Amino acid sequence: MKRLSVPILLVILLSILMGLSYFEVIDLYIQTIILFMGINIITSTSLNLVNGNMGEFSCGHAGFIAVGAYVSSVLSVALFTKSRVFGAPLLPPELAAYGFPFVLIVGGIASALTGLLIAIPSFRTRDDYLAIITIAANYIIITAIINIDKIGGARGFMGMKRVIFAMEKCAEIPWMILWVFLFTVLTVIIIRRYMTSTYGKGVEAIRQDEIAAEIMGVNTNRIKLVTFMISSGLAGIAGGLYAHTVGYVNPKSFDLLKSTEALVMVYLGGMGSITGSILSAVIFTLMLELLRPLQIIKWVAIPLLLIIIMQFRPEGIMGHRELSDIFPKLKKFYKFK
Amino acid sequence: MSLLEVDNLTQLFSGLCAVSELKLALEERELVGLIGPNGAGKTTVFNIVSGFYQPTHGEIRFQGRNLAGLKPHQVSALGITRTFQNIRLWKEMSVLDNILVAQHYHLGYGLGGLFFRTPRYLKREKDIRIRAFELLEIFKIDQFADEKPTNLPYGMQRKVEIVRALSSGPKLLLLDEPAAGLQATDVSELITLIQWVFDQFDLSIWMIEHQMKVVMSLCSQISVIDFGKLIASGTPEEIQNNPEVIKAYLGDDQL
Repeated sequence: MKRLSVPILLVILLSILMGLSYFEVIDLYIQTIILFMGINIITSTSLNLVNGNMGEFSCGHAGFIAVGAYVSSVLSVALFTKSRVFGAPLLPPELAAYGFPFVLIVGGIASALTGLLIAIPSFRTRDDYLAIITIAANYIIITAIINIDKIGGARGFMGMKRVIFAMEKCAEIPWMILWVFLFTVLTVIIIRRYMTSTYGKGVEAIRQDEIAAEIMGVNTNRIKLVTFMISSGLAGIAGGLYAHTVGYVNPKSFDLLKSTEALVMVYLGGMGSITGSILSAVIFTLMLELLRPLQIIKWVAIPLLLIIIMQFRPEGIMGHRELSDIFPKLKKFYKFK
Repeated sequence: MSLLEVDNLTQLFSGLCAVSELKLALEERELVGLIGPNGAGKTTVFNIVSGFYQPTHGEIRFQGRNLAGLKPHQVSALGITRTFQNIRLWKEMSVLDNILVAQHYHLGYGLGGLFFRTPRYLKREKDIRIRAFELLEIFKIDQFADEKPTNLPYGMQRKVEIVRALSSGPKLLLLDEPAAGLQATDVSELITLIQWVFDQFDLSIWMIEHQMKVVMSLCSQISVIDFGKLIASGTPEEIQNNPEVIKAYLGDDQL
């Protein structure tokens, strides 16, 4: 029972979301907000792995989101739809529904490799330098995309809606809700499994005392690379989901502002806390929507909120604790590892 | 063949000679000491042996194997572990996790096993955990397994650090001033502990210590260094009466 409670809850939640969307109880706008919540959960938990658990300061998360978004978009458009750029679909469009998760994963792998490319030089330095290098990497990635005319350059890239239509030909269900939900759960499981293993505890050891970690037999260089790759790979998956949710990507949507959003979510939720990152991603997404009437003033209100949080609760909502640390009695009812 | 051979070891820090042409050898199953006045270069020697610094000249051989170019985690995998002068436990991790992470080099599973929870992964994690608990029980600190090290008294933290160093099954244990910051009663406890570790585990211990009581009652051989140079070595009695050593510690009587 203890072992099954989390899966059962998740299945119930997924069926409710799918049902509400299928019978159009909730309109497309609310569906999109729910989708963004999932995507933001992936973004914040993956960044939290590097900034919270490992204690490095990566500022260019949006760069990896961009790589994943573009790679998976280009792939899915080329594979499953008839487009002006890539011509006839390379695979029968009926396969879209089954091929989509693989496309997403390829996008994630591309992001992870980009992460590796950036991590190798930057982990020779530390602290502030890593922050600067990741900001630079974020800009390099965006500039590279702008200069590839084949994928739209500064105009952006579109056609992903047709991939969704192709999926709907297979079965008339809200596919994106399904995919976002599955990949969000997968992300949380991956991070949770990583951090509860002895291997992953090496990441915590690096944050707390890197020299002691190295001398006590932890291959710090390798762990840092692996952790950074996992983090950027998951960001790539978030990017792929984002691109297919919106149906259109533009290099401008992955600039430093997006990276800052990810940082805000991590610090709002609490460093190193998965529960905190999930909670803050949900709150942050809601807040963005509720404050929409304020228009540009929104970007005064949100940073202001961040300042207030840093002032009165600098450790974030959860502050390096998980749900089960705050309510130990909950452990009786669920087991999640 | 000695367990550890230090040959003509020299360490320069941009001109400052921290260790100069040091020559030492450690045999298996030996408990030896390294002493010297403040700033003599003792900790530097330990830092070089554990791979944290690469020596300017000279070489270190462990069981006949040259340690040149090895990273600290590789040195530790060969069987050299250490404790630190100012306790360097991972403060926000439980005592148990501290012991677990120190077994990192022989986890025996890959990332694939980790994410898919393969039987091999589960078995290895269980083995590591059992081993950690065994150690904690041997040292009678298993009741603190879930405690954060900072919540323990200082002497207990020392003990945890020694257990952490032992958890990877070393052949050579370097103790860097284990008695630093301990009260007199804790010091005699520490002496018993170190002697006990030496008797129970199949290893050699090399320790730096300032408190003569500790060194003299534990070590069979003592080396003395001053300004990075070896000035004497021998049994505790020989060292106590060596004029060079007395000069290094107390100064020349002719000013």
